[in-house]
Amino acid sequence: MPLLEFSREGDAATSLIRLVNVTKKFGDINALDHINLSIDDGEYLCILGQTGAGKTTLLRIIAGLLEPDEGEIYIDGKVVNGIPPEKRNAVYMFQQFALFPHMDVWRNVSFGPVIQDWDEDRIKNVTFEILEMVRLAERRDAFPNELSGGMQQRVALARGIASGARILLLDEPLGALDARLRVDLRTQLRKLVKDQGLTAVHVTHDQEESLMIADRVVVLRNGRIEQIGTPHEVYSKPQSIFVTSFVGGASFIEGTVAKVDDSGSIIEIRGGLRTCVSDRSKKNGEKVVIAIRLEDVSVGTTSKDGANNFPGVVETAMFIGGSIEYEVRLENDVLASSRILLSDAFRAYKAGERVVISFHPENCYLFSYPKVGLLKEIEAI
Amino acid sequence: MPEVRLVNVTKRYGKIVANDNVSFTIKDGEYVSIIGPSGCGKTTLIKNIAGIIKPDGGEIYIGGQLVTDLPIEDRGIGYVFQNIALFPHMTVWGNVTYGPRVRGWSLEETRPLAIEMLEMIKLGARSEAYPSELSGGTQQKTAVARALVSRAELLLLDEPLGALDVKVRTELRHELRRLVKDLKLTALHVTHDQEEAMSISDRVIVMKRGRIVEAGAPMDLYSQPMNIFTANFVGEANFLTGTITQISDEGALVEIGDSLQLMINSRDKRIGDRVVIAFRPEFASIGDSRIMNRLPGNLMDILYSGRIIRLKVKLANGDPIVVKKVLSFERPTFTIGDKLTITISPKNILVYNYPENLNTELALE
Repeated sequence: MPLLEFSREGDAATSLIRLVNVTKKFGDINALDHINLSIDDGEYLCILGQTGAGKTTLLRIIAGLLEPDEGEIYIDGKVVNGIPPEKRNAVYMFQQFALFPHMDVWRNVSFGPVIQDWDEDRIKNVTFEILEMVRLAERRDAFPNELSGGMQQRVALARGIASGARILLLDEPLGALDARLRVDLRTQLRKLVKDQGLTAVHVTHDQEESLMIADRVVVLRNGRIEQIGTPHEVYSKPQSIFVTSFVGGASFIEGTVAKVDDSGSIIEIRGGLRTCVSDRSKKNGEKVVIAIRLEDVSVGTTSKDGANNFPGVVETAMFIGGSIEYEVRLENDVLASSRILLSDAFRAYKAGERVVISFHPENCYLFSYPKVGLLKEIEAI
Repeated sequence: MPEVRLVNVTKRYGKIVANDNVSFTIKDGEYVSIIGPSGCGKTTLIKNIAGIIKPDGGEIYIGGQLVTDLPIEDRGIGYVFQNIALFPHMTVWGNVTYGPRVRGWSLEETRPLAIEMLEMIKLGARSEAYPSELSGGTQQKTAVARALVSRAELLLLDEPLGALDVKVRTELRHELRRLVKDLKLTALHVTHDQEEAMSISDRVIVMKRGRIVEAGAPMDLYSQPMNIFTANFVGEANFLTGTITQISDEGALVEIGDSLQLMINSRDKRIGDRVVIAFRPEFASIGDSRIMNRLPGNLMDILYSGRIIRLKVKLANGDPIVVKKVLSFERPTFTIGDKLTITISPKNILVYNYPENLNTELALE
């Protein structure tokens, strides 16, 4: 099996869910603006965006909890506009799950199978298997109020999976969990969905979560799809400054194209300094933004061959579980960031130390300078 | 001035001991975080310090003064909650000046303080905006300004970034720490996010079941955790169990299952001791010929997250471990099913005595 290539273009033949020109307005706000999207049978799709991007609206429209103002939703080839949620073969899981308080874990999870009248052995096997998967088999006799928030959430997840619906619509399913537990459960959630042959649409604002869990990621911004692709595509070939910033982050440096030749482009940045980038897509004299991933910037005391080298002073050094993140103020006052795995760090540098940052021309993304200004494209707060 | 000292603080809810004889000191000017799984008692602890609840036993000192019986408003603290609690009908200015106003401070007194605070959080230009016009991150910054405007020197933060988007949360970490350091405040920050705690604090306190498990500087907690729970909670770790079979000048040999052996640096172990060893996934490498500790295994899965890849490898004894690497512009050449040799240097291996119950030690909730 080839590595990192989960690419499966949604085509009509295999798509289980299809949205055509779906638009939804709340007052003057375009919550969703002509969304076109195909989701394959068996696919794990993440919808990634900031608060207010329209992600939950999109999920609720697929579920049938909201009707679009325009556009059609197809499930299994049939238009489902106007069809109530319970008849869409999809189960919507809220951020705050409502379990039956008077039922123990076992009865909560087996609720769907029981009312669907499955035979007893099958109910028993499926319920047990799913409880094992969410690591709650030992707590099968507990009532919801005896469980931690994280456990309750996993019970609800188990119940959703056991319901027999083919489509799981997950609204921040890991959002209420402790950070450490959330990371642990990512891979399990994906495995659960894949093992059961389900199709999942998972809404999150956590870019790392989406990259680790999804077959494809939809980056949503102000009600529009900004980019759609495999995690690798979205991260390695971001099509806009916004996606670069929102998925993974980067240092952004403004400049002007000074020269384009066979080997790449020379960009003049602040203070008359020059940067080489491999990208040759921009024209001479064009105002541009260079973006460099934090992992692609190394910090040292000497220059590196074949790389862009800029001396500067460490402004902040932060230790972040397994990595060190530096902000380095270059001599032209530009602030560049670097992230280095602890194990790859030759030594740690302190704030105030003089260093040289290096990055390869191949690792620079080049974008046209945005009309609205750079800050507007990358601000999160 | 605001050193915080807790002596044997205990708080019970019915049969549950939420804080069990907790004692620690936060130095003046220190930024301390408390982390722990939900239900570990971290929020109860910060509420005890704030004066929102009263402990059943023990004393709390702020700036050398016993405050256990003082009401919240007399403790000289600023308190920020997870749920942004701004007054919706008041502007940023109205919210920030609310505290001084109800305390009867004059406008001349309040004005420069509020202006300074708003400048600190770069919101001077938005003072006329209402909360509903602001993003979640900006609202929370306003809440911090409001908490600090009355010249509080101790800032208590209860999951202050918990309700925000990850990206906003990450950016506000820097700002929050900068603010605390620039204003020379003392800060105590409760969070469930160990990464947030590590990046923002001078020192991190790890709690579990109402007690302090361990405390230390972030890098020390990560690199040299004293116990298994901390090793697991503050970051990703691989755990293997084994028995000491040889001791030499170089260290000790641990036998894992029937077929695997690892050299460790530890010298205080004896032959026959059962141990748990741990190592961080980024410190393991694939087939590094300079390292003699070699663990054969099969590549089971590749997890991709940006430039970081995690290789999930099943060792010859059946135990799964994770190896974490940064990929720059080269693409990996591994294929699932590949036979790999994992190498790990003895200096990067943590060693613990085998606990009474390993599962309990590793439980995250």
